[in-house]
Amino acid sequence: MKKSQLLLSAGLALLVLLTGCERPPTDTVQHGYRGTGMVQVYNPRTMELKEEENTIPPSLPALPGDGPKASQVYKNVKVLGNLSVNEFTRLMLSMTSWVAPAEGCAYCHNPANFAEDVKYTKVVARRMIEMTRHINADWKVHVAETGVTCYTCHRGNPVPNNIWHKEEEQAKGADFIGDRAGQNLAANSVVGTSLPSDPFTPFLLGELDIRVNGTTALPNGNRHSIKQAEWTYGLMTHMSSALGVNCTYCHNTQSFSNWNGNPPQRSTAWYGIRMARDLNKDYMEPLASVFPEHRLGPTGDAPKANCATCHQGAYKPLFGQSMLKDHPQLAGPGTGLDKTTLAKK
Amino acid sequence: MQYQNIFTTVQAVGPTHHGVELGHGNSPRTGEPYIEYWLGRIGNAQLGPIYLGGLGIASLMCGLIAFVTIGLNMLASVNWNPIQFVRQLFWLALEPPAPGYGLGIPPMNQGGWWLFTGFFLTVSLLLWWARMYRRARELGLGTHIPWAFAAAIWLYLVLGLFRPILMGSWGEAVPFGIFPHLDWTAAFSLRYGNLFYNPFHALSIVFLYGSVLLFAMHGATILAVGRYGGEREIEQIVDRGTASERAALFWRWTMGFNATMESIHRWAWWFAVLCPLAGGIGILLTGTVVDNWYLWAVKHGVAPPYPAVFPEVVDPATLSGVKP
Repeated sequence: MKKSQLLLSAGLALLVLLTGCERPPTDTVQHGYRGTGMVQVYNPRTMELKEEENTIPPSLPALPGDGPKASQVYKNVKVLGNLSVNEFTRLMLSMTSWVAPAEGCAYCHNPANFAEDVKYTKVVARRMIEMTRHINADWKVHVAETGVTCYTCHRGNPVPNNIWHKEEEQAKGADFIGDRAGQNLAANSVVGTSLPSDPFTPFLLGELDIRVNGTTALPNGNRHSIKQAEWTYGLMTHMSSALGVNCTYCHNTQSFSNWNGNPPQRSTAWYGIRMARDLNKDYMEPLASVFPEHRLGPTGDAPKANCATCHQGAYKPLFGQSMLKDHPQLAGPGTGLDKTTLAKK
Repeated sequence: MQYQNIFTTVQAVGPTHHGVELGHGNSPRTGEPYIEYWLGRIGNAQLGPIYLGGLGIASLMCGLIAFVTIGLNMLASVNWNPIQFVRQLFWLALEPPAPGYGLGIPPMNQGGWWLFTGFFLTVSLLLWWARMYRRARELGLGTHIPWAFAAAIWLYLVLGLFRPILMGSWGEAVPFGIFPHLDWTAAFSLRYGNLFYNPFHALSIVFLYGSVLLFAMHGATILAVGRYGGEREIEQIVDRGTASERAALFWRWTMGFNATMESIHRWAWWFAVLCPLAGGIGILLTGTVVDNWYLWAVKHGVAPPYPAVFPEVVDPATLSGVKP
């Protein structure tokens, strides 16, 4: 082989390797003390796409709240009965455009009798309105005044794009060889890594310890294992990709466990984890009996929410644009529980 | 240009050589040697013969058992699908037992295979070490090579045997798998409060990067005096005006001090050997003696305090007394 051929093939091989990389340039934004690596890396081309994806649809013009109540005019209005007929109709139309723009009213309602609860979608939708109000009223510590609407998760899809189900247990045959211990496959849930692929069941439904670090320099009875750390790592990998941010968005990576000198976003995220847990336990799981089989997961569980369900790659869902302000009917009432009680649940 | 080469340009080709006669108790060397031009570009053109011997064969067999067990476990973990096995090869692994099993013997599929593999891999490495030691003695060499290898085995044993035993759980050990063992490494640092504050980790990195630097310096020096026959390093050591002396003078006149042709190899050997030795100590202390390296570093004034940039953040778990 000639030298030029050798060089050419070596160059080509290098190029092939490079196709696995993200094309430069990327933008870096420093947000911590200099020299500590507290930097966010953004790809401007990805951000452009994301901004397009996160434009909010125009709201229907607001209507007066006086006049007869929905409960007086319509039958079987269990949650929104307090709204005026005007507000009620506007919200129904908005919900249709947010959740089932292609399917229309008939996605939830029996066209012959709108009051009937024959379709599961109507029962689920009712519970989801309650959930939305619960989030906006009781979880301000996570969603602040920005709040959420149906659109935050649905974005025009009857089923939100980012949901999760409990992972099916590995088929192990005679259970003699090949146990994966819940990890070691390229899993989308953990961004293609070999980390444990269902970190949601233990942490966003169950309440197993996410914190594995010791709080003292020397051993003091902390028995959390490296394997447990991998599960936490899996959850954090999900959070990072769900929000489109680096670890340093919430953590001072000098010490992942230490709260001193951490960005305040970490506290918001902490409540977010509790919020997801609360919603999955009290709102999504009980709906398993309502959903038809094709909406259930491989183990027969209801679809559930994680960080990506709302965030969808943005540090704040819809980059912090509030749709709630145009739809105050979704702002409450909540359950009346305070954040401490909720976080304890 | 003649000496600015990447590959060996001059190949001395003669009749193949079977090697010196071996003494009593040795088995004969295996394989008919032959000349391979392309090997000659990167080293000696003669391939073979090889000395296998009892230790070598036993080591290879144990290593093969470990290798095949890992492979079969990986293949079984994708339900014996060969396509998935190839696609996911870098993701697949054989995991150690769950921590709940402690140092007990778990069922085969819950870490039993990991223990089985670990045993045979360890035996294989130790036998290979004994083989290296014996081959060195038989050839009348010093035992520097086996002891350098022993430094690597030390790190391996700390990771997979000594530390798990001190921690009381096989679950602390490293999985056998490409990405999974890297996940383990990251998780190890995360669990024990940032390994960068572990001074032995730092030392190990010093010796690792130091080895690279020394290797580059020495390799470059010898290639640079190749035009004067500098690859005959040692035999030129006492003579004036040789390639060797030029090489030494280059460093004396650039940085004041120069190693000798003999001592540079001692530098390299110690740097290389100290890398896994220091690293192994750092791993061994983690979890057994120190639980959180960051807090340890704060306690001893190693971790610098930084000015506050963010508004003070309080751990919400401490406010509400909830499960963290």
